[in-house]
Amino acid sequence: MSNVPSAIADEARPRLPRGVRLVHNEAQGGWVLLAPERVFKADAIAAEIVKRCTGEATFADIVDDLVRTYSAPRERILADVTALLRGLADKKLLEL
Amino acid sequence: MIGGTENRATPPMPRPAGEQGEKIIHRPIGLLAELTHRCPLGCPYCSNPLVLDPRQAELDTQTWARVFAEAAALGVLQVHLSGGEPGARRDLVEITEAAHRCGLYTNLITSAVGIATSTLLRLAEIGLDHVQISIQDSEPASADHIAGYRGAFARKRALALEVVRLKILLTVNVVVHRSNIDRIGEMVALARDLGASRVEIAHVQYYGWALRNRAALMPSAEQVARALKAVDELRRRYQGELVIDAVAPDYYARFPKPCVGGWGQRSLNVTPAGKVLPCHAAESIPGLEFWSVREHSLADIWTSSPAFNAFRGTDWMQEPCRTCARRDIDFGGCRCQAFALTGDARAADPVCHLSPSHEQVIALAAMQHGAPYLYRTSAGAAA
Ligand code: SF4
Ligand code: SF4
Repeated sequence: MSNVPSAIADEARPRLPRGVRLVHNEAQGGWVLLAPERVFKADAIAAEIVKRCTGEATFADIVDDLVRTYSAPRERILADVTALLRGLADKKLLEL
Repeated sequence: MIGGTENRATPPMPRPAGEQGEKIIHRPIGLLAELTHRCPLGCPYCSNPLVLDPRQAELDTQTWARVFAEAAALGVLQVHLSGGEPGARRDLVEITEAAHRCGLYTNLITSAVGIATSTLLRLAEIGLDHVQISIQDSEPASADHIAGYRGAFARKRALALEVVRLKILLTVNVVVHRSNIDRIGEMVALARDLGASRVEIAHVQYYGWALRNRAALMPSAEQVARALKAVDELRRRYQGELVIDAVAPDYYARFPKPCVGGWGQRSLNVTPAGKVLPCHAAESIPGLEFWSVREHSLADIWTSSPAFNAFRGTDWMQEPCRTCARRDIDFGGCRCQAFALTGDARAADPVCHLSPSHEQVIALAAMQHGAPYLYRTSAGAAA
């Protein structure tokens, strides 16, 4: 489980399935991902990534957009986004 | 970046004026709404109390709507619409809609018997987020025997397929015990075939009706060992395809479960008649004072009701929990089980091998017999 996550195709259009929602909740102090019988706290960066998973933007678009937003090296963003989205997909919280 | 279901980081509740206690009160994240105790099935492991709330005592639609609004304001994120069988409420759609309108994540926990396809369609339209259907076994005849209801299996199958067709995420819940535990693999395969994205394998927890049927439900040590191995293999086999969550078998554990994520820390449970409990079995502990949503706001109940404060934090603990390194991990286990097995709700859950009463759990686990089930009856909840 801790090995390097497999790559995601540039043209994939990641999206949250029905039944998985990212919401901001004041009382709980930030972003949370709501899923079947589970609640995950999302930090600001994770929230920025997940917010872009609309089913419209391609994976490559999302990475490019984040590179611009955070002016960070593309390889780093690519690695972070891949790890996060693969992890979510394995938990059935994201469709790729 | 995305952490587990950790709630320690949530901002503490504002302390009610005048309270001096040490207890830090967190905000709840989940609310279990027991809409009714009525249910057409009679599962011998049902965790509902032996004395069920009658229909006349049930909260009405408006009261549930108010409870959901108060829950959302309190920080609750998810509401689990349960029972009994929630489909026994004719206003299930209105109740669900009220929860959805408050922004709550709505999870319908159903036996599937009593939910018409047309009801499911309306629930889907108003935005129901998730459905959990219980199955009793992968063998139809055995499943119907366990549920005490002929034809239940076929109806569960049909509703599960409909849920998936409507593109609602489906969890299949299987409660395992001595007569179906050897078919975990078949039950998981069935869930996969039905299109579930998640399976919950829950060993029977011995409260309510299950406590009455304990010897008839208790699996053998060999069965439990095989089941644990099977779950490991199934997780590997269905990796990425099906999420498998398993709740460990209590009486065969070394450490207790962190019951309800800590008493009064993460969740609350509203009974059909409106009593608010820290966990669904809490009424089995004598002497606790529960408050009702009919008389108090949910926020008041959460912060100030005696039942919620009875076992909050760690001050109430005695040895061996008081000085144990795991006291903030498992919170001393389950209070209801501690009471049921030792007569003292402040004792360590005797499932823990450090408990002086642990021997008793081992002895109880060895008491197994094939007596006929005492089915849950709705005598107290006549429709
Ligand atoms: S456990 Fe069985 S009897 Fe109890 S509420 Fe659920 S389906 Fe009904
Ligand atoms: S002694 Fe108490 S706190 Fe320690 S592991 Fe056992 S039940 Fe948990």
